[in-house]
Amino acid sequence: MATRATHAHVRDLAVNLTLRELKGKYKRSVLGWSWSLLNPLATALIFTMVFKIFFAAATPLGEPSGLQNFPLFLLCGLLPWNYLANGLNGATESLVANGNLIKKVYFPREVLVVANVASWMVPLLIEFSVLSVLLLVFGNFVLPWLPLVLLLILVQTGFVLGIGLILGAVNVYFRDVKHLIGILLQALFYATPIVYSLSQVPEQASLFGLEVPVRSLYRLNPMVPMVEAFRDVLYDLRFPPLGDLLYVLGWGLACMAVGLLVFSRLEPRLAEEL
Amino acid sequence: MTAPVAVSVENLSKRFRLYHERNQSLKASLVRGRRARFEELWALRDVTLDVHEGTTLGLIGKNGSGKSTLLKTMAKILRPDRGRISVQGRLSALLELGAGFHPELSGRENIFLNGSILGLGRKELKRKFDEIVSFAEVEPFLDTPVKDYSSGMYVRLGFSVAINVDPAVLLVDEVLAVGDERFQRKCKEKFADLQADGRTVVIVSHDLGAVRNLCDEAVLLEDGRLERAGPVGEVIDHYLGQVHRDRLDEGGLGARWGTGEGRIERIEVLDDRGAAAVLRTGDPAVFRLHYQTPEPLERPVFTMAVYSVEGIHVTEPSTRDAGLVPDKIEGRGHVDLRVDRLLLVPGTYDIGASLTDLTGAHSYDVRHRAFRFEVAPGTPAERHGVVSLGGRWEGEALE
Ligand SMILES: Nc1ncnc2c1ncn2[C@@H]1O[C@H](COP(=O)(O)OP(=O)(O)O)[C@@H](O)[C@H]1O
Repeated sequence: MATRATHAHVRDLAVNLTLRELKGKYKRSVLGWSWSLLNPLATALIFTMVFKIFFAAATPLGEPSGLQNFPLFLLCGLLPWNYLANGLNGATESLVANGNLIKKVYFPREVLVVANVASWMVPLLIEFSVLSVLLLVFGNFVLPWLPLVLLLILVQTGFVLGIGLILGAVNVYFRDVKHLIGILLQALFYATPIVYSLSQVPEQASLFGLEVPVRSLYRLNPMVPMVEAFRDVLYDLRFPPLGDLLYVLGWGLACMAVGLLVFSRLEPRLAEEL
Repeated sequence: MTAPVAVSVENLSKRFRLYHERNQSLKASLVRGRRARFEELWALRDVTLDVHEGTTLGLIGKNGSGKSTLLKTMAKILRPDRGRISVQGRLSALLELGAGFHPELSGRENIFLNGSILGLGRKELKRKFDEIVSFAEVEPFLDTPVKDYSSGMYVRLGFSVAINVDPAVLLVDEVLAVGDERFQRKCKEKFADLQADGRTVVIVSHDLGAVRNLCDEAVLLEDGRLERAGPVGEVIDHYLGQVHRDRLDEGGLGARWGTGEGRIERIEVLDDRGAAAVLRTGDPAVFRLHYQTPEPLERPVFTMAVYSVEGIHVTEPSTRDAGLVPDKIEGRGHVDLRVDRLLLVPGTYDIGASLTDLTGAHSYDVRHRAFRFEVAPGTPAERHGVVSLGGRWEGEALE
């Protein structure tokens, strides 16, 4: 009974803190929430210009959807990517930014990380809704696939949350984690098929005279099958390979488990290290 | 008859790490191959105490003695390194009012936010919402972002939410001294209600007068150790005995200036048994100023000033105002201010003293708030304000 009340309270707290993040996000800006949509659209526009005009890259053809539209191709990968990048950056800062609260009030601290990640999930859902409308307009009948999209978001959330818990707590001890994460995310962005497609990555390449299975190594990055799965479902309208799904699911669960473990180890000293 | 234990502290020790460089960088640890070096500091050492239900306990001690650390450990904000703490029932900690307010959100939104941070469920908050708002007196500003609140409104709202958590155990760190006087009175009333209601309260305060007024029991910490625990009067007297000795050693704490042609050597407070650190309301007292002059001083004036520990300038009797101006003083001696009935209400007070010429333009020696003493409850048994008028109530209804 007592624990039930506590669970309800922690949920209330998570919701309230998420609302606080959301309300705070665009409070002082003129366009407010529109930024959440304008940002990915602007990025899509920029990359489309760069890749279609300067690079004159071929636009991947959706199989079996038949869709061939570079901005939409891009957005299908960019939105999950933004969720990862924003979520990890936000989670990293979430404890330090609420340092005063942690030092003055007791509550389960992981709620701060959860609320921050959740506050990025809300714009993601809005963005995906808009993207779905655009896809419908361009002839991709995505509606039956949306439940799978939600499932993928859930798996990715496990991934973001787990790593976010670690980064948030470690950042209290080492404040330069946030700079490091900026650089790592930048590298990871180009190591993920967002502005290009997986088929453009060579199977093999010779490096220093050695034949290296580039594609296989590349696919170890869990964001590769993650983004590919989103794109399969939304752009190509096909079921992602089961192996890929299991692989990302495994990553999601493993990240959550390790994240919770590390967090519980670092949590006791948070208030005094801040 | 002993009430059940509400807060139990067993062999509690708490250690902090003090880093040599505050800026914790990966570089430092990479260079050394491990985390930045640190020293250990035991802020609490083997503290054991029980707070019984319905008790108001004051934690006292010098700065850095571990009072806040103990309070924060009770609040679960800090984790003990050794020993155990257990708290029965819901706990609310008033460590900082309005911690967790978001400046951009409205008062209404912040009530829900802060309430849930402090442990109130949504339904409970809805039920208590009106009470919180009316206690804080912020009705007209409910939809204004709190960044536009005055600091008074801000702390009122913070206090109101925290106190309405309806805790079984309330932890308070110095925050009762916030807001204007009217709100302070309201806080104290609310506080008294909680006490009357049998809630357990633990207070950290530097204001010994307030501790004496509010608490039943006190714990004196010294260097993280429990030095003394017991009824509030006893513990405070013990502490003041210590502080008193320390002060004499240090030669007084306040500012001092003057030409030095004459000096106030020492200030002494005496009751009918001799030198005392604690006086009692209604009892006789003598304030003795010891002076020394290398040169003869003509027509000097002795003045003594009394301040409450909060800084209220209570009174400033001088020999000039009393029409007593000696032609000349020389060498060592003392003057006494004899008080037949001390009409200060219980609390902590500071005395300053000065030796000047008749015009007051020339200061030989001025010692600001150089001596601290304590007033314990006596007769009249008054508690609030600074002075008693020493009056008597009469009336048929009272007979
Ligand atoms: N977060 C912290 N990190 C390191 N040392 C601390 C920290 N908090 C308190 N201390 C140290 O612990 C000791 C006890 O502090 P505190 O409990 O605040 O004393 P008090 O409340 O009695 O003034 C002090 O020496 C203080 O410097």
